[in-house]
Amino acid sequence: MGAQLRVYRQKIKSAQTTKKITRAMELIAASRITKAQARMSASAPYSRAITRAVSAVATFSNVDHILTTEPEKVERAAVVIFSSDRGLAGAFNSNVLREAEELATLLRSQGKDVVYYLIGRKAVGYFAFRKRAFVKEWVGETDNPVFDTAKEIGDSLVSAFIAPASEGGVDEIHIVYNRFVSMLTQTPEVVRLLPLEVVEGVEEPDNNEIFPLYEFEPEVGDVLDGLLPVYIESRIFNAMLQSATSKHAATQKAMKSASDNADTLIKDFTRLANNARQSEITQQISEIVGGADALSTKH
Amino acid sequence: MAELNVSLVSADREVWSGGASMVVARTTEGEIGLLPGHEPMLAILGAGEVRITLAGGGSVKANAEEGFLSVEHDTVTIVARHATLV
Repeated sequence: MGAQLRVYRQKIKSAQTTKKITRAMELIAASRITKAQARMSASAPYSRAITRAVSAVATFSNVDHILTTEPEKVERAAVVIFSSDRGLAGAFNSNVLREAEELATLLRSQGKDVVYYLIGRKAVGYFAFRKRAFVKEWVGETDNPVFDTAKEIGDSLVSAFIAPASEGGVDEIHIVYNRFVSMLTQTPEVVRLLPLEVVEGVEEPDNNEIFPLYEFEPEVGDVLDGLLPVYIESRIFNAMLQSATSKHAATQKAMKSASDNADTLIKDFTRLANNARQSEITQQISEIVGGADALSTKH
Repeated sequence: MAELNVSLVSADREVWSGGASMVVARTTEGEIGLLPGHEPMLAILGAGEVRITLAGGGSVKANAEEGFLSVEHDTVTIVARHATLV
């Protein structure tokens, strides 16, 4: 076998191996999307009920609550970035990081200090590589988020929010995550979590609906105290689930195109290998013919 | 008689939903019983048992912790971080 032919055969083999891996990853991602989607829809009643309740309280009370009032001057804003733990998901992480960078630039241009809270190893790696500071990180379970983590994140955000700016507290909290639109589309999204904008968000109660007059137990203020952290947690948990589902969808798409690319490569190299084999044969024939000619003309 | 529409949801799923004639739950102020026609209310749940008396007799019991309870138009929503049927 000629050297050229051997090189092509090696390349085909390597592309085939890669294809096997990417195909397997595609199938794994596909099976995980269904599960992640099911979890997303299972948690929907909770966030819907909470959003409704928060809207009710916000609509039917004029209480000034720290979580709902706009601070006069925003000194520091927190940006929470939801990335994934693993790569191989196309532009999934770079999209969300780019969106976060744009948001940070905007906030800085408004004279605000920006601090970061990171979820997922990829965001942590991005910041560590650039030697940039961040407040806190949560890694290791972005593929399969659990509610306790959301609670932990919510707790540290709310306590940072309650602390005065002079002691490192923040006045605004933004979250940046990939929203799962469909299997093919995942869009990075920025939502201001605090101060609350109940008007915005995914789980919106109908605008035309008239909320009844509520009685509160114990007091409006206490109900808000109890409700708003829960609302924050549910929004964060929702963002985590959305991000996880988006990650699986992005992985599936990326791995599918990788398998398709491997197919094309295998095809191209097979053609080249055939070509090389053919020319090798042609050369051998012409050598034999030439040799025979030389022998016969000698006499 | 009108019926209460009850749904009990925890953070990651809907635990139970259906019609009921009475709901008894524990709020931070104490135990509260809800019948059809109750005025709209929003209350913080204390840790404890939620008892749902079904319309056709029989009852469902659940443990609900860290959450709240809302009532409006005969719709009772019990939202708890952790909720399990007993």
